Amino acid sequence: MSDSTAGHGPGDQEPEAGQILPTETGDELPARPHRVIGTPPPAESRMLLAETAPGSSAGLPVERPRELPADPEDLDDAKRAERIVATCFIIAMLAGFGFIASYFIFPVHSVVRVEHSNLALGATMGLTFLFLGVGATIWVRRLMPHVEMTEMRHPQRSEPEAREAFAETFKEGADASQFVKRPILRRTLIAATLPVAVAPIVLLRDLGPLPGTSLDHTVWRKGLRLLNYGANTPIRPGDFSSPGGMITVVPDGYQDDFNQLAKAACIIIKFAPDQVVYTDKPYPVSGYTVRNWTVDNIVCYSKICTHVGCPAALYEETTHHILCPCHQSTFDATEGAKVIFGPATRPLPQLPMTVDAEGYLVARSDFTEPVGPSFWERGNSI
Amino acid sequence: MSARRRHPLAGYAVVLLALLLTGLGYAAVSAAGDASASPAKITQSAQVAQGRAIFLEECASCHGQFGQGTPGVAPDLIGVGSAAVDFQTSTGRMPAKAPGAENDRKTPELNPQQIKAVAAYIASLGGGPAIPTAAQVSLRGANPGFGQQLFVADCAQCHNFDGAGGALTYGKFAPPLTKSTPTQIYEAMLTGPEAMPVFNNTTITPQEKRDIIAYIVDTRTEPNPGGFSLGRIGPVTEGLVTFLGLLLFMVFVAMWITAKHRKTPNE
Repeated sequence: MSDSTAGHGPGDQEPEAGQILPTETGDELPARPHRVIGTPPPAESRMLLAETAPGSSAGLPVERPRELPADPEDLDDAKRAERIVATCFIIAMLAGFGFIASYFIFPVHSVVRVEHSNLALGATMGLTFLFLGVGATIWVRRLMPHVEMTEMRHPQRSEPEAREAFAETFKEGADASQFVKRPILRRTLIAATLPVAVAPIVLLRDLGPLPGTSLDHTVWRKGLRLLNYGANTPIRPGDFSSPGGMITVVPDGYQDDFNQLAKAACIIIKFAPDQVVYTDKPYPVSGYTVRNWTVDNIVCYSKICTHVGCPAALYEETTHHILCPCHQSTFDATEGAKVIFGPATRPLPQLPMTVDAEGYLVARSDFTEPVGPSFWERGNSI
Repeated sequence: MSARRRHPLAGYAVVLLALLLTGLGYAAVSAAGDASASPAKITQSAQVAQGRAIFLEECASCHGQFGQGTPGVAPDLIGVGSAAVDFQTSTGRMPAKAPGAENDRKTPELNPQQIKAVAAYIASLGGGPAIPTAAQVSLRGANPGFGQQLFVADCAQCHNFDGAGGALTYGKFAPPLTKSTPTQIYEAMLTGPEAMPVFNNTTITPQEKRDIIAYIVDTRTEPNPGGFSLGRIGPVTEGLVTFLGLLLFMVFVAMWITAKHRKTPNE
């Protein structure tokens, strides 16, 4: 709705109500119409565009007809609308005063009082804006004419005179600044800005270094004891003896090293005899638990979900499901923690276990495969 | 008087009186003493008999006449111990209304005396963990801070950091711990009811169990902003509903603002 052509204020418009379509006054208008009101038929549209001469953006001071009706048709209805709008604005004003009053009325020296203050301030401010908006909307809908306007775009290219003037000014400035005449200044200035331009590229180095093989390993190693996490005590198989038991275990010495625990946390589960489907091969086989890596039907699996690395430790003793709470990946603990539901694609890695000379559960080695979610360098990642 | 000393019925009266006194005295002693410590086999077997009667009435239809269970419907109860019985019946989970994925807490159907009787009967079938004594679940001197460490390590994954519970697979769920008594929490850890793993006394020691219970009980006294708080997150759900409702309102407002009203003069 903004008046795009300079020099055409409202005063230029002839107060002639009813003259809506420029075609009606087409003979008196200049070649390019100022505005097109309503939705003109396609034929008129084409004709108007064809009349628009390129480059003739300099507005010509001409008399033009009034484009918007001065008054609504139904004056009684307009009067009612006026009252409604005025009421809305008065409510908005009162609510605005209420906001100021609330600020002073409600002290803020305790949590409860702050809550009351926030409620009062928010409610009054909300009412202010709500009734301002409602009033403005009713005003627009019932008092202002409902017409569609089309404004023709003026060419973005400047006038030839302006372009010449700019080129002249630019050249004058370049000469006056001695930028052209003194090459040493020019070159040292460029040299001075060069490091600034290179610096952001250098900072990209912080995206590295590449993880290398760090994601392939955890701190588990041969002989490292499993600690009952929380209590941080080593575990004897005889103590962890109730079938259906499940606890979180961490490597001895790393119980407070959260960066390492993010990869190394495990759960151990005690099964009744004949519950677990074992393989006697000394390496993981899909759908089987490696027998040689277990102690007395105690099995140790990584706690880090192979989907995106959440702690998967919702163990259901009746169904032997290990559930990950983030995306409902479900693993069957009796069958090598194979995936039976959800977005994970690989079983939870099994930690090789044995007992040490004192009879405590220890790791036989590190995990034989990377734990946790897939990553680019993992190889055979799914 | 001396002539009456040897009344023919005097002997019977003395014997009756002595029996009555013994009986009363014994009843008083056995009521005051710990039932499990009571050496009186007669009363214990009477309790077992009563428990068996209740068991046949309330439990045997699923768990079998001798607690041997029904495959696929109800587990066998031989060796589960009195703690499991006390947990299941005092939380109202058993007798179950209907077989399903998970039995939720409800008002118990058996009274404490009946529960003790059934517990004694089940314990008589083959040992198992016993109902903890009041001293075993006393929270005096318990360390809720340490309890929190243990709770976060092994309980929070299912029961939520605040004991609000959460969903499991195939309709099962970890129940909220907000109404559980210390005894019930202790029994749950000891026996692993339903899908819950077992935390025996050599894995989580009795003292550690008390610490965990102290943490669960302590969190109940923390300020709670209320509403349907999703485990003390706060009235998030109400906020979401309000937000969505207001969003819908805004859509209608936007439609109202742009709806045509006053007619264009050239129409």
